[in-house]
Amino acid sequence: MALLEIKDLTLRFGGLCAVNALSLEIEEGSIRSLIGPNGAGKTCVFNCLTGFYKPSDGEMLFQGQSLVNKKPHIITYMGMARTFQNLRLFKGMSVLENVMSGMHCRTSAAFLTTTLRTKGQREEEKHIREVSEECLDFVGIHDKKHFIASNLPYGDQRKVEWARALATQPKMLLLDEPAAGLNKDEKSRLIELMHRIRDEREVTIFLIEHDMGLVMKISEKIFVIDYGVKIAEGTAQEVRDNPKVVEAYLGKEEEEETA
Amino acid sequence: MALHEILLQQLFNGLLIGSFYGLVAIGYSMVYGIIKLLNFAHGDIYMIGAFSGLIFLSIASPYIGAGWPSLILGMLITMLLVGLLGVLIQRVAYRPMLKAPRLSILITALAVSMILYNTVMLLSAGRYRAFNVDVSSESFFLGPLRLTETRVVLIVAAFALMFIMHMFITKTMYGKAMRAISLDRDTCQLMGIDVFKIIALTFFVGSALAAAAGIMAGVYYGTIHFFMGFLIGLKAFTAAVIGGIGIIPGAMLGGLLLGLLEAFGTQIPFIGTEWKDVFSFAFLILFLIFKPNGLLGRSESERM
Amino acid sequence: MAETNKKTKLKNPFEGIIDKLFIMFENKIYLYGFFAELVIFLVIFPNTSSRFTQEIMTNLFFYVVVCLGLNIIVGYAGLLHLGYAAFFAVGAYTTGILSSRMGMDFWLTIPFSIVAAVIAGLAIGFPTLRLRGDYLAIVTLGFGEITRLTIRNLDVTGGAIGLIGIQRPEFFGITLNQISHFYYMFFILAIIAIIVSHRLENSRMGRAWEYIREDEDAAAAMGINVVTSRLYAFVIGSSFGAVAGSFFAAKMTAISPDSFMFIHSVMFLMAVVLGGMGKIPGVVLGSILVVLIPEVARGIGPYRLLIFGFLLLIIMLYRPQGIWPEKPTISTDE
Repeated sequence: MALLEIKDLTLRFGGLCAVNALSLEIEEGSIRSLIGPNGAGKTCVFNCLTGFYKPSDGEMLFQGQSLVNKKPHIITYMGMARTFQNLRLFKGMSVLENVMSGMHCRTSAAFLTTTLRTKGQREEEKHIREVSEECLDFVGIHDKKHFIASNLPYGDQRKVEWARALATQPKMLLLDEPAAGLNKDEKSRLIELMHRIRDEREVTIFLIEHDMGLVMKISEKIFVIDYGVKIAEGTAQEVRDNPKVVEAYLGKEEEEETA
Repeated sequence: MALHEILLQQLFNGLLIGSFYGLVAIGYSMVYGIIKLLNFAHGDIYMIGAFSGLIFLSIASPYIGAGWPSLILGMLITMLLVGLLGVLIQRVAYRPMLKAPRLSILITALAVSMILYNTVMLLSAGRYRAFNVDVSSESFFLGPLRLTETRVVLIVAAFALMFIMHMFITKTMYGKAMRAISLDRDTCQLMGIDVFKIIALTFFVGSALAAAAGIMAGVYYGTIHFFMGFLIGLKAFTAAVIGGIGIIPGAMLGGLLLGLLEAFGTQIPFIGTEWKDVFSFAFLILFLIFKPNGLLGRSESERM
Repeated sequence: MAETNKKTKLKNPFEGIIDKLFIMFENKIYLYGFFAELVIFLVIFPNTSSRFTQEIMTNLFFYVVVCLGLNIIVGYAGLLHLGYAAFFAVGAYTTGILSSRMGMDFWLTIPFSIVAAVIAGLAIGFPTLRLRGDYLAIVTLGFGEITRLTIRNLDVTGGAIGLIGIQRPEFFGITLNQISHFYYMFFILAIIAIIVSHRLENSRMGRAWEYIREDEDAAAAMGINVVTSRLYAFVIGSSFGAVAGSFFAAKMTAISPDSFMFIHSVMFLMAVVLGGMGKIPGVVLGSILVVLIPEVARGIGPYRLLIFGFLLLIIMLYRPQGIWPEKPTISTDE
C-alpha cells in the first residue's frame, strides 16, 4: 500500500478551481516531486495535505488514515511534516528553540508536572533538547544553535526549517520549494541531504520545486500539474518528452512575453 | 394594555434603540473590516459626539434656540468635528501600529479610550449633564402606539443615516475602495488605491456616525455622562458580530436585532431591566458558539 | 509604509547599566546572591517599617501575583484580557460566600475558587479562542462588566453592599489578622507566583505560547494545538487571579462589587504592559510603578488615569517591549 494516496482531490475558492480532481500515490521510502508552472496549484495541494485548506472534494489517505477534516497539528502528529515556501521560522527565538518546537507533539508535560518540575518533566526537557540538537547536527548547523533565527543567513535559515520539520519525527516530509534562494553549492548539498533524510531516517520526501535540474536529478518520479489538473506523471525522461508538459511550460512563457 | 399593544410598543422602542446601536456598530465593523482592529475607543467617540453636541447647543441656543433646526445644524457640525477627531486618532495612534503585532494595536486602542473618557471625566467633573433641547415631548397615538414627535424624528433620522451610509458603501468609488481594502490591502496599494486615505475616510465616516448616534441618544435620554460610551461600545461590538463583523449592512441589522432583543427580553417575566445587559451579553456568547460568522457572514470553511 | 520601517525607539537611560547587570548576573553566584539578599531584606522589612509602608508593600506583592497571572495570558499567550478583575472577583466571592455563609475554612475554599475560575475561563475562552484571538479582548471586557452587575444584583453575593464577616485564615493555630501576617502571606504568594511563572516560561508549554505568538500557522504546522494552548494559558492565568482574589477576601474580610471594576482590570494590564509583557522582572517592575506612583505623587490624584493613559500610548508607540530591556542576544554581526 502506498504511504500517501490522494484521490480526486478538489479545492475550489469561490468559483475558482485551484486543484481539480487530482489523484496520485506516493510509495514509502520514495522521493517524489510535484512540478508545474506558476499558479498551477502546487502549494494548494500541500496546504490541503497539511490541513491548512479544507478540500472541497476528494480523499487523502496517509498510512491508510484519512487526512480530510483534520487540523494541521493532528496531521503533523500523524507523521507528516512540512516546510514553507517563504520561510516561516520563529524569528525572534534561538535556532535551538526553533527546532525544539518540532518535539512538542511528541512530548506531553503539562501544567502540574511543569510547575512541580517532576523528574519525568526534567527528563522530557532533556530529551527534547537532545533530539533537537541531533537534528541540528544532522543538517549541519549545530554550531549555530544559540543564534537568533532571523540573524542567520538565508541558507542557514532553510536548514533550521528542515531540522525543525525533522524534529517532529515524520514519516513523510513535504518540502515547498526547498532550493529557492540557494546557490549552486548549497543546492548540491541539499540533494545530498535529501538522500540522507530518506536513507538514514527513512522519511519519504515529496517536494515542490522550480529548479528543473534539481528535480530531474533527485526524484524517481515526477507529477506535473497545470491549472490544478495532473497532466503528466513519470520519470524525469518521460516527463521531459511529454508534449503536454512542454506545452504547459512553453505556453506560459509565451504569455509572459506578451504581457 | 393588551399583549399585542405591549409588543408593538416594544417593537418601536427596540427599533429606536437598535438604530443607535446600529449606527455605532457601523463604525466598529468598518474599522475592523479595513484594518482588523477592534477599536475600543469607538464607544468613547460616541460619548464625545454627545458632549460636543451639548457644547454646541449651549453656545448656539441663545441665538437660534434649541429646537430642531439648531439640533440638525449642531449634528452636522459635530459629525464633521468628531469625524476629524477620529481621523486624527487614526493618524497619531493607529497608523504607526498597522504592521505591529495585533496585541500592541489593541492595547493602543485601549489607551486611546482611556485618554478620551478620562479627559471628558475631568472636564465634566464626572457628573451627569442634562441635554436640554426645546422640542415637543407631547405624546400622540398612532393606532395603539404611543409616540412622541422626538422619537419619530429620531428614528427617521437614524434610518436615513443608515440608508445614506448603505448607498455610500455600495454605490460610490470610496465605498468600493473600502470594501476592496478589507479584502486585500496590499493588492489595493498595487492597484493605485491610496490606502491610507481610504483608511482615514473610514475613520471619518465611522466617527461621524457614532457622533450622530451620541447626539440622538442625548436627545432621547435627556442626560449624558462620560462613561456612556463604555456599554454601547460593547453592544456595538455584539451587534457587529451578530451581523457578521466587517459587513456593514450586517452591523445595521445586528444593531436593530440587538435593540429588539433587549426590548422584548426585558418583557420576559423574571428578567427585569437590571438584567438587560447580562441578557445581551449572554446572547453574544451563545451567538459566538453557534453562529460565529454572523447572520450575513460567509463561512470560512476554506481556511481551517 | 515608510514610517513603519523607521525605528522609533525610545532610548532607555538605564540601558547601559542594565546591560552590565545582565552580564554580571550571567554568573549564577551573583544572581543567587542578589536574590538571597533581596529575600532577607524583604523578610526583615516588617520589623523596621511602619504599618503604612507594610500595607503598601503587601499591596505590591498582591499586584505582583495578580499581574503575573495576567502576564500568562497577555504576555505569554499574547491574548488581550480586559476583564481580569472579574476572575479576581470570582475567587474573592467564592471564598467570601463559602466562608461567611457556610463557615468553611479559608484554606478549603481555595480549590473551589480555582474550579470556579476554570469553569468561567472555559465558558468564555472556548467559544472566543476557537474563532479569533482578538475577540477575547472584548468578550472579557463584557464578562468583567456582567460579573460585576451579577454580583450587584444577586442576593447570595450581598448585592451592592457586598459580603462581610469573611473568616480570617488560620495557620498552624495562629489566626492571621495582623498586617505583618498578610505581608508575609502575600510575600510567599508572590514568590510562588514568580517560581511558577519562571517554570512555565522555560517549559514545553511556555515555548508553545511563544511559538504561537511568533507565527500561528508555523506553530500549527509543528504540531502545536493552537486553540488548546491558548485555552490553557487563559485558564491558568484566570486561576492565578482567582487565588489572589481568595487571599484578598481573607485579608479584607469584607468585599463589595466596587473592588472589581473595569478600572482595576485596566490597572493590572497597565502594570504588565508598562514593565514589559512576557518578562517576569518587567511585570514586577510594572507592578512597582503602578502601586508606587500614586503613593509617591499624591498630587496627581484625579489626573492619575489620564496620565496612565498617555503613558500607555507612549509605551505602545515608542517602546512596545516595555521599560524592562530585552536580554542581549547573540547575532552574527558580533
